Parts: sequence; structure tokens; C-alpha cells
Amino acid sequence: MTSLSTDAARYTTTFGPGTRATRERQRARAARRVQPYLMIAPVVVLFLALIGVPIIILIRYSVLDNVIFVQQSHFVGLSNYTSVLTSASFWSAVEHTLIFTVVCVVVQITLGFAFATMLNSKNIGRVTRAVFRVIYILPWMFTAVIVALLWRLLLDPNGVINYLLGLIGVIHTEFPWLATPGWAMACVILINIWAGYPFFMITLLAGLQSISPELYEAARVDGADYVQQLRNVTLPQLRPIIIGIGLLDVIWTTQQFTMVWITTGGGPLGSTQVLGTYIYTMAFQSYLMSPAAATAILLLLGSLVVAVLYVRHQRRLELQN
Amino acid sequence: MNIMITRTGRKRLWGKARLYAALLAGAVFAGGPVAWMVSSAFKSNADIFEYPPKLVDSSFSFAAFTSVFDSTEEIRFFLNSYLVGFSVTALTLLVAAVAAFALSRFKFWLREPLKVMVIGVQAIPPITLIIPLFGVVIDLHLYNSYEGLILTYLVFTLPYSVIMMTAYFNSIPRELDEAARIDGAGTMKTLWRVILPLSRPGLFAVGFYAFMISWNEFLFALTLTQTDNMRTVPVGLTLLMGQYNYQWDQIMAMSVLGCLPVVILFLIFQRHFVSGLSSGAVKM
Repeated sequence: MTSLSTDAARYTTTFGPGTRATRERQRARAARRVQPYLMIAPVVVLFLALIGVPIIILIRYSVLDNVIFVQQSHFVGLSNYTSVLTSASFWSAVEHTLIFTVVCVVVQITLGFAFATMLNSKNIGRVTRAVFRVIYILPWMFTAVIVALLWRLLLDPNGVINYLLGLIGVIHTEFPWLATPGWAMACVILINIWAGYPFFMITLLAGLQSISPELYEAARVDGADYVQQLRNVTLPQLRPIIIGIGLLDVIWTTQQFTMVWITTGGGPLGSTQVLGTYIYTMAFQSYLMSPAAATAILLLLGSLVVAVLYVRHQRRLELQN
Repeated sequence: MNIMITRTGRKRLWGKARLYAALLAGAVFAGGPVAWMVSSAFKSNADIFEYPPKLVDSSFSFAAFTSVFDSTEEIRFFLNSYLVGFSVTALTLLVAAVAAFALSRFKFWLREPLKVMVIGVQAIPPITLIIPLFGVVIDLHLYNSYEGLILTYLVFTLPYSVIMMTAYFNSIPRELDEAARIDGAGTMKTLWRVILPLSRPGLFAVGFYAFMISWNEFLFALTLTQTDNMRTVPVGLTLLMGQYNYQWDQIMAMSVLGCLPVVILFLIFQRHFVSGLSSGAVKM
């Protein structure tokens, strides 16, 4: 950033008469103290403008009767919150979100771990490993819209999944998976797992590769079999990573909107209505901005609880390193 | 002795067979749907639900792709996505690199709170932000504009990018900056001339991540744009779904085209990305 002439100027002042040099150095030190703040300022300004201010606006929305789509708003206190917290549809969305999140997080991490272990095996060659790795990562690169559309095609009553299930004799009808209240939730869970596990696979694979071989060597000398090595070496070593990405996954999965929205729209009969689709429908389909804002605040509070755990976990990791 | 060897040999062979069976089963689970997407994009719409289904059938053609390329509306979705994607990537790289350099190299009073903020911001649900942002973007006259999308996407890309970049800079020895400073280089010059050239893998990782986030985003693109000429690929895809009649061949052709940029970039940068991603996930 400094041009040649200012470099030269600094050279002469630094080695020129003493008073000017010290003044220059003091100014440089002051500049150096301000500099990190200037460097991080764009991030802070952006976050304040597009996260901080909006959250304050959101809180304001949540205590008014309605906004944006009406001429005049009136203060109604906490009545939006009480009406949300007493509505059955809200609690049903909470229940769906919890089921969705718990199953997805547990299966995604388990599946990610299983695939990572397979890819980390010494029994496969380098090229084979690379090919399988790319195939396994593929679903994660697809936008949620494409994931949802693709699975609607696959799960169509006349689709290829029903054909394959018919071949092995599981079903004999054109079963409408996504239109059946008892099955739609299972389907969106499956789809979300399909699209989400690769992230955990990649992270856990990197974690597996960073475990020192000597630990396994020592375990083998002690006569530990595969299961004991898994329990006494692999899992304890991966524990910090698993907790970290597990918390991240909880945060992401509770916020899921796009895939569920395109796949089922929250239906049939609200059976896949999660908090994301619930808030969106209320805000942008029913134009009930204020109750939606109150629900959004409740979701935000829930996310922040998990976020606090996540930040504390990451900080502890950092201190250890 | 001989029997022992064959027994362990057989056991190892059996283990290897099981491993490959599991690998193949996993590949069918992960890749099967993708293969079906590609296959459907080359069929005629009438043959997509033919019985029995075939991976490649007699109606194989590029018709669905040419109809996407013949439609100025659909071409526009792609141009919009590329424009927004590249802008977001460039801005993310610039802003994240400078901020991460400050977090990595300077000790200052607000450093720890700022780090906590950057980590914590990732937890804020987009669905929560979109309600007030909808109003803010309208007030700023950025509704239905590229600027509105680019600015709001930075909110998603920056936190993890700053974390990844900081982790990467931390892995570069500080002696290099000190050598540059002794040579008279200022902070920005050190960053630009010394640190960034050494951080190419980290920059690739962050750039790919930012592009992918931006390319794949749906909720904000849906809510903050209004007219069809401002729609990005994910929103455009949902517009292809007619009310009664689905043009599945075209939807799948456009999906294939919609996946390609990210998949190609991933294949080019995967090594950098995988290590960058996991270093950010584990430490900062």
C-alpha cells in the first residue's frame, strides 16, 4: 500500500533528527493500535447493519399487531407471544422440528462416521478412495431446491423407488410417500440425511487421519480388538470434533426450511410442518408478520442456547491448541 | 503353519470383500439419486415414468438441455446466479482476508469478543433474519436488486470464511511478517505481498465455500427478488414447476446444469477445500 516515495520519506525520518523520529514512531504506534479495528470494521458494520439492526426490528415487530402489509401498527405488548405459545400448531411444529433434528443429527453423524471409517481403511487403493470420496460428497454440493425436486421425482407414486420396492416385494401399489401423513416426515428426514451427511464425513475423515498411528499400535500391543480400539482410541480422539459438529448440526437442522418447503410445503395435513416452514408460511403466505416475528424470536432464543454451548466448546478447543 | 496363513489370508480377503460391499452400497445410496437425475435429464418427459424404468432409454436426447438454452428466461437465471456468485466470492475473499489477518496477527482489546461474535453469528437462523431484512431491504431501495442479494449473502459467507482464514493465517509462521516489516512493508503490503501468496490453498477453500453458499441459496433469493428477470437458478427451478403438469425432463436438465459449476469447482479445489473446511471446524 505504501508507495516508494513514502517509503523513502519514512527512511529519512526514522534515521533523521531524534525528535521527529520519536514523534513518527509514536504516530506509527497509534496507527498500529487503530489498524486492527479498521481491518475488521467492514465485517462489524455489515453484521450490525444486516443482523444487529434487523434483530432489533424483529423484536419491535413482535410487539406490534401487524407490520409492512398494513398502514398503521399498534403496540400490543406480549400478546403475539402468548397467542403463539398457546397455539397447538406452534407446538406441533416444535415437536416436528425436535423429531426431525434429533433423528437427522444422530444418523448424519453415525453415517458420516461409518463412511469416513470406510474411506480411511488401509485396504483400498488411493484411486478407489478418491473416486468413492467424490461420490460420497456429491449430495452435499447440491442446492436444497435440487435435492427436494430430485427426491420428489424419485418418490413419485410412479417413480423409481416404488418400482424397486415392488421388485423386492415390499409394496405392490403406487404408494404416495410424500402425500401420506405417516410417511412424509420419514421421507424428509431421509432426504435431509442424504443431503447433509457428507459434511460430517469430510470433517470426521480429517479427524481420523489426524489420529496418531502410534495410539493404535499401542492398543494392538495391549491386545485390543477392533471394537476396543474404536471405544478406547478412535472415539475419545474424535470426541471434540463430534461434539462441535454435532452442535453445529443441531443449529442448522432446527433452521431447515428450503428442502422441506419444496418437498412437502409442510404438508400433508401439517405433518412435516417444522419451525422454518411454519414461520415462512405465517409471514409470507398469511402475511401475519407480527406473530411470525414472535415465533422467529422464540426460534432465535432456542438457537442461541445451542450457540452458547457451541461457542464455549470451540473456545475450549482453541485454548487446548 | 500353512493352514494358519491361509486362514488369516481368507479372513483378510473376507474383510476386504465386506469393505467393498459396504463401499458399493454407500455409493448406490449417495450416487444413485444423482445418476437418476442425469438419466432423467436425457429422457423425454413422457418416458420419465415409463415402466419398467431404464437408466438410458430409447428417447435419449439433448432436447431438454437445448430447450433450457433456447429460453432467454432460463439463461437469465444462470447469468444472475453467476453474477451474484462471483461478486459474493470476490467480496468475501477481500473482506474475510483483511479481517482474519487482524484477528490472526494483532493483539487488541476487542479481539476475543469479536471472535466470539463471528462464531456466534453462524447460529442465527436465516428464517429469523428474513422477516426484518425484507423490510430493511425495501427501505434501502435494494428490493429486487443484485446489490440486495449480494450484501445479504455476505452475512452467510463471512462468518465461516473469517474462521477458516484465521485458522489458515495462524498456520503461517509470524517470522515472515516480521521479516517483511523489517524490510519496511506496512500491514496491508505484508498481507498482500507475503501472506496471501502463501495462503492460496486457504483462499481457494474460502472462495469455493462462498461461491457454493451463494449459488445454492434459496430463501433470500425468493423473498428479496420479485420479477422473473432477477431470479437465480434455485428460485428459477421452482418456477419451472407448473401447477398441474411437471416438465420433469427440463427440471432435471436445469438441475444438472445448476449442479455443474459447484461440482466442477469442487473437483478442482477439493484438496484445499477439504483441509480448509476441517481446520475451520476444529479450531480458530
